[in-house]
Order: sequence, then C-alpha cells, then structure tokens
Amino acid sequence: MTEPAVKAPEVSEPPPPPGRSFASRFLEELISPGPVLVTVLAIFTALVVGAVLIVFSDERVLSTWGYFFAAPGDALRASWDAITAAYGALLSGAVGSSSALSETIVSATPLMLAGLGIALGFRAGLFNIGAEGQVIAGGLVAGYVGFAIHGLPVFVHLPLALLAGLAGGALWGFIPGILKATTGAHEVITTIMLNYVAANLSLYLLASSTFRRPGRADPISKIVAVPARLPHLAGQGLRLHAGIIVALAAAVGVAWLLGRSTWGFELRAAGASPTAALTAGINVRRAIVMAMVLSGALAGLAGGGQVLGLQFSLAPGFSGGLGFDAITVALLGRASPLGVVLAALLFGALRAGGLNMQATTSTPIDIVTVIQSLIVIFVAAPALVRAIYHVKAARTVAGGPVSKGWGG
Amino acid sequence: MKFELKGITKRFPGVVANDGIDLTVGDGEIHALLGENGAGKTTLMNVLYGLYHADEGEILIDDQPVRFQSPADAIAAGIGMVHQHFMLVPVFTVAENAILGIEPTRRGGILDRARARREVRELSQRFGLVVDPDAMVEDLPVGVQQRVELLKALLRDARLLILDEPTAVLTPQETEDLFSIMRSLQKSGHSVLFITHKLKEVLPVSDRITVLRNGRVVGSTVPDETSEQELASMMVGRSVLLRVPKDEARPGELVLDVNGLSVLDDRGHLAVDDLSLQVRAGEIVAVAGVQGNGQTELVEALTGLVPPLAGSITLAGRRMDHASPRSVLGAGVAHVPEDRIKDGLVASFSVAENLVLNSYDTAPFAHGPVMDNSAVRSSAVERAREFDIRAPSVDVQVSTLSGGNQQKVIIARELSRPIRLLIASQPTRGLDVGSIEYVHRRIVEARDQGDAVLIVSSELDEVMALADRIVVMFRGRIVGERPAGADRDEIGLLMAGAVGEVAS
Repeated sequence: MTEPAVKAPEVSEPPPPPGRSFASRFLEELISPGPVLVTVLAIFTALVVGAVLIVFSDERVLSTWGYFFAAPGDALRASWDAITAAYGALLSGAVGSSSALSETIVSATPLMLAGLGIALGFRAGLFNIGAEGQVIAGGLVAGYVGFAIHGLPVFVHLPLALLAGLAGGALWGFIPGILKATTGAHEVITTIMLNYVAANLSLYLLASSTFRRPGRADPISKIVAVPARLPHLAGQGLRLHAGIIVALAAAVGVAWLLGRSTWGFELRAAGASPTAALTAGINVRRAIVMAMVLSGALAGLAGGGQVLGLQFSLAPGFSGGLGFDAITVALLGRASPLGVVLAALLFGALRAGGLNMQATTSTPIDIVTVIQSLIVIFVAAPALVRAIYHVKAARTVAGGPVSKGWGG
Repeated sequence: MKFELKGITKRFPGVVANDGIDLTVGDGEIHALLGENGAGKTTLMNVLYGLYHADEGEILIDDQPVRFQSPADAIAAGIGMVHQHFMLVPVFTVAENAILGIEPTRRGGILDRARARREVRELSQRFGLVVDPDAMVEDLPVGVQQRVELLKALLRDARLLILDEPTAVLTPQETEDLFSIMRSLQKSGHSVLFITHKLKEVLPVSDRITVLRNGRVVGSTVPDETSEQELASMMVGRSVLLRVPKDEARPGELVLDVNGLSVLDDRGHLAVDDLSLQVRAGEIVAVAGVQGNGQTELVEALTGLVPPLAGSITLAGRRMDHASPRSVLGAGVAHVPEDRIKDGLVASFSVAENLVLNSYDTAPFAHGPVMDNSAVRSSAVERAREFDIRAPSVDVQVSTLSGGNQQKVIIARELSRPIRLLIASQPTRGLDVGSIEYVHRRIVEARDQGDAVLIVSSELDEVMALADRIVVMFRGRIVGERPAGADRDEIGLLMAGAVGEVAS
C-alpha cells in the first residue's frame, strides 16, 4: 500500500456535497480548532473601529476636524485625547478597582451560563436562539420558589431555587427539542417563537396575584426570601455574588460532558454528522432532546442566578436581552467552554467599563454594543480578518487547507 | 491540432503537484492520463484549461506557444473540459444548458431557442450523442448529463476534449456508450484527453497512455505494448495484485436469512420487492446490480436504518427485521456503508474518535458514562498499525486523510469488533489500485475467519473478483444467481435487466 507522498490541495479536498446546508458548514467552521490569532485580531479591529466612532460621536472633536487643513495637529490631538479618555474610562471601569472587577464579573456571570448552554447546542448541531426565553422561564420558576416558600434553611432553599431555575429552562429547551426529534420542526423557528411565549407569559404571571407584590399596582413580583439568595462573595458593599462559582462549575461540567463522557460523544457525533451517527447506532433523536434540555437548563440557571443573586424580584424585561448577548458570547468563544468563559468575561468587562465610560466621558454606551457586534462579525468572517492583516489560513500536514473560511 | 505540454511544474505551498511534466496529444488521438488519486492529474488538467498558471513550462498548440489567463482563453483556443462534477443548471433544459454563455440571439437580443435546439440536435446526431434537447437536466440519468457536458464543449468548437474521471459515475453500459462516443469524436478529428485511475478502461479505448505518479510522468506507452499488470505497477510504484488470491469457499451454517423482504425508499416507492437471500458463514455473496435498483434500501433494512415494509430478516436465528441499528451492530453485524463520507465517518472527528464511533460506550473505551480517552487513543494507534492507516497521527481530523485511508479507518473499526456478518456496500468506490487490493484482501480474510460476507457492488470487476456466489439485483428483485467464475457478460446482461434472454 503506497500512499502518494505528493498531494495537490485541490484534489485532496473534495468540494462539499451539495446537500450540506449553510448551517452545518457554519457549525463545522465554528468548532474547528480556533485560530486564537484571528480572534485577537478581531477584537483589536473592533476596538479600532470603535475608536473612530468615539471621534465621530464627540462634537467638540468633530469641530476640530472642520479646520483640519489649517491646523491638523488640533484635530489629531483632540481625537487622540477623546479616544484615550474614553478607552481609559472603559478600562478603569472594567478592571480599575475592586468594585469595577465586581461589576465585570456580575455582568459576565449570566452571559457565561447562558453562553455555555448555547455553545452546548452548537456542539450538538443545534442553533438554540431561545436562550432568552429559557432565561425568562428559569428566572420565573426560580423566583417563584424563592419568594413563595418561607422558613427553609439556606442550604436547602438556595439549591432548591437554583434547581427550580434549571428545571424551568430545561422545560423551555425540552419543547423545541422534542418537536425537532419527533416532527423535524426546526429549532431556530420554535425557539424564537418560544421566546415570545416566555416573555408574554412572564407579563401575565407578574400581573397575577400569585406573583404580584402586595400593595403594588405595577407588575413587580414579591421579594425573594433571604435564604434563597446567592450569598455575596466580597461583602455587602460589592454586588459580586456566588453565581460566578455556579457558572465556573457549569463550565467545568460542560467541558467534562463534551470531552470526557459518552453522552458528550453522542452529542458531538449527532451534531457533526447525524447520518454517520445514526449508521453507527447512536440514538440521534435522544441526543437532540438531551442537548436542548441541557442547553435550556444552563440558560435557565442564568435567569435564576440573576433573580437570586442580583435583582431579588422579577419585573417585566428582567432578562434584559442577555439570552441574545449569550449567542454572541458563544460565537466569540467558538463554542468551547473555556472560550465561552473568556468571552463572557470580555463582554462583562465591556458592559461594566462602558457604563463608567458613559458616566465619566459622556461617550454613549451604545459604542460598546457596536464593538461587541463588530467582534462577532469579524470572528464569524475569519477570511475578512485574514485579508486585512494578510494572515495565511492554517494548513494541514498534507498541504490542504484546514480552515475553509466561507468564501475565502 | 496538436496540443503539447512542456516541462510543466506547478507548486502549492509545501507540495509539488506537477514536476516537469511533458505530454503531447496528437491530432485525433485518444490519450489516457493514468494515475492514482493525488498523482497530479487534475492539477495538470487545470493548468491546461487555464484555471492554474504553471510555475514553469509552456503550452504549445500546433507548435505555437500559448498563454491562458483563464478558461475563457483555453476555450477560445479549442479546449473543452468535462469536469468530474458536472457544471449544469439542473432546472434548465439540455439546449438551455448547452448554450449558456454563448446564447444565440435574434435581432433585439431575443433568445433564439429554435436555433439553440437545432444546433444541439445537429451536434448530437453527428457524434451519436443521443439526448433530447428539451429534456430537463435534473430528470436525466448521470450518463446523459455527461453528454450534455460534451455537447457544451462541442458547441464551443472544442478540438481537444478533456474528460476528468468520466467513468467514475457511469454504469458499465454507460461507459461503453461513452467509449463509442469518444471513438466517433476521434473519427471527426477531435483529440480526447481521458483522465482515469481505472486500468480496465484505458487499454481498449486509448491510442496512447501516460502514467503519472507523485506529480511526475513515470512512463508513456501504447496499449499493444503493455498490460494491466504493468500499468498498475507503474501507477503504484510496486507490483500489485489486481485480483486477490482466494481459496474455495467453505460455507458453514446459515448466518443471514432474508425472506420476502420489501422496503420502501424515502419517496415511498417500493425499492426492494419480495426479496429473499441467504448468506452462510465463510462465504462471500455479492449483490451485483446497476446503482439504484434497491441495493441501498436493502442494506438500510439489513442494518436497521429503515424498517422493512414486509418480510423477515433473521441473523443467526434471531429476528432482526425491526431492530434498531444499535442492536443490529450489537448482534455482530459489521457495516461498511456505501457513502463513506456521509454515513461512515464523522468528518470533523479525529481518526481515533471515528475508530470508536460504534463502541465508544463499551469497555475498555468507557466505564459507565466516563470515557477513557487514553484507551481510545492507544487502541487507535494499534488499529492504525494493524490496518496500515497512513495518518500523521490518530488525532488528526479524518477528513484530511485520503479516500483509501478513510476507508481503512471504517474497515478497521468494523473488523475490530467480534462479528458474524460483514455487510460492505461499494467497498472500493473511488479508491486507487493499491487501496482496492488492500480492502479486497481484508474482505477475503474476514471470510476465511468464518464470517459471512455480503458485498453490494456496481463494479462488475469487484463482484467477479470477490464473490463465491453472485446474485444480480434489478428493480428491487433478484433476477439471477450465479456461482463464482460465471460468465462476465451474462452477469452484465442480467444487471441490465435482460432477464428473459438469459434465464436459466
């Protein structure tokens, strides 16, 4: 058996069969061993674009550009000052003090949990766009268990409330999972729709006597009992709570599940090639349902953590769109547990720092959202980043391109 | 016209795909370019067709040097190419596809469909390319689609036709048709450059044969002065066995017993129709047949992927007709699926992970839900050695391996479990000569160890080489059974559905 030592890249890499959907190619690209360099460059590029926006959003700086040709130094100096002031405030608001670090971690915690859930879905070939609904479902159930029961000790009530949040999210993930497994209904559609169901269900419940706080006319819930609250980690002065411990434990759990367990092997096989998994005797339907349940459970835990660790009661819109931010976190983290933890910390830092930036330099916090979105766009289009920085795609030993980069 | 490549060298990062290649195709010559997968054939054709620029060397047409910036230049110079994967618009008619890009128009830019149809009809009559200009391409069989590609090239006045692995997708009959088309093209003065890795085809049809290996020309000869054996050795670089030696079969007890099996295909049509089949331990039964006659559905039913409509499947005394794939595999069935990339392997998984794709949850690879990744890996290293899987490491993605090595991964996985029955569909499709020899040897070894073996193949050569018993499948039924060494032509006729004429 002689293998040809020479192999032209064009023949060693057959074109993808026509039946493969965009989604499956996207997922393959997403979970391929991540080029860290591209991610770093994507973040850098987004910050550069953000700097341009900072200049444009400052009228005083813009006016100096009006007479650029008369005194270019003015414009450049003013721009530089604006950028450094804004990014300086961003940095100090993110990591500059103990309270800054606390806020960064508090913002990162729910993103981490929900992001892990979405990443788990990605690994199983599922686009769970329903984290928002699962966060709401988890928050509602966790909150209910938190305020409706009294007199339990903390080591019973808190785990019970967290489990309730987990179960609420799991149920909200189970519905699209079982629909896909039995009828083939696409999870993107069903999860998006269930987001609306969850949001409106929460409005209904918050207005009901079961949830509404006595003496209040507006839809705000009763207050979570103290034993059900996640304890503060750094004293009452800082908002940092034990949710981060839950999130980090969940990251370790997901990493173990995906990398070391037979269940994770089934999930990944079913996600990467359902046909091959089926042929090899793997129960693909069960894997789909299990992945959606776990994905929803993690998002539900994120919602529970928000209620039990931070807000202590439920109000309309309490999820704050974090289920959608978590999608970007999972993308930036390339659907790996460690990646999600780092991405969530980055987004938490941007969020905490952005608030400080807005307060001290009056640069609008919307720029942070733009930067977050740009990071994800650049990460999702590695070919674009490679083109900007002339980075070559990684190659296999045989000489064929590993990273296929869509259209690149 | 004479087409000449001189000293063509084409490098890719880290690889020399073509290394100083000289090749001349004379006027009205059928020239076969033979080589294994990865020998550089396709790269060379892409250079000739203007898709790549050679790093060194030149192209001459009638002794005049030419430079192609793009395929458009090559087409203008009289070169036509039929790619391995057809470039047709499925929802257009034959005539519409043929004129795409050179549409004849009437005054005012209105498409002249009548003229398009007429031109297509004239050309197809001239060269014996039987095809209906008004048929929708998606409705046509693959062999006819290929004729549309040929028509496209001829309509653009191609004098040299490059056919890239044209027979890979054809049935034996379609292959014969293609060869007669090639001869009629030759008679009208066209030259044909015919790329293949199938030895059987080059001798009867070509005037000259050039063999490539590792990006170099290792020899050029004419059919009268060579043999299949010699060409195979040139391709592979060592002597190979075209036919794996095997002793007389010693059939033992009944392992697989299929009775009155009917299976629907995914469109709800009856694909397997009241089929009965027995396979004994220690024998190889080959299901011959042109693709699409129910073989795929038969194997799907046997492996539990599709529940049968009626009938029974009994494996060593146990009813298996409504068992899950997992329990079928667990009962000792090894399955080498027809579509290795889609069904056999998880492309983005490592070699090691693919080797445990159906045993990941059993000892020693898992204890309860906990996988032992080091056991998976060390077993993979052992399998890779035992089954000669050439990979830089067992941790690389299986998709980076060559087709032959991918198939060895599947065979290693399936034969490393305790099995009673091996079901292999198209086990050597798309593989090169060396890999075919290896896969055939493993299959015969499995038989000699007392396994029952069921081969499904549309390659008549493969059926003849392996089978102890041949059953021919046509339109979901078994239309004939012949012993090993039966008349090849008779099997071919049965495959084509000529039941009445050869019924015995």
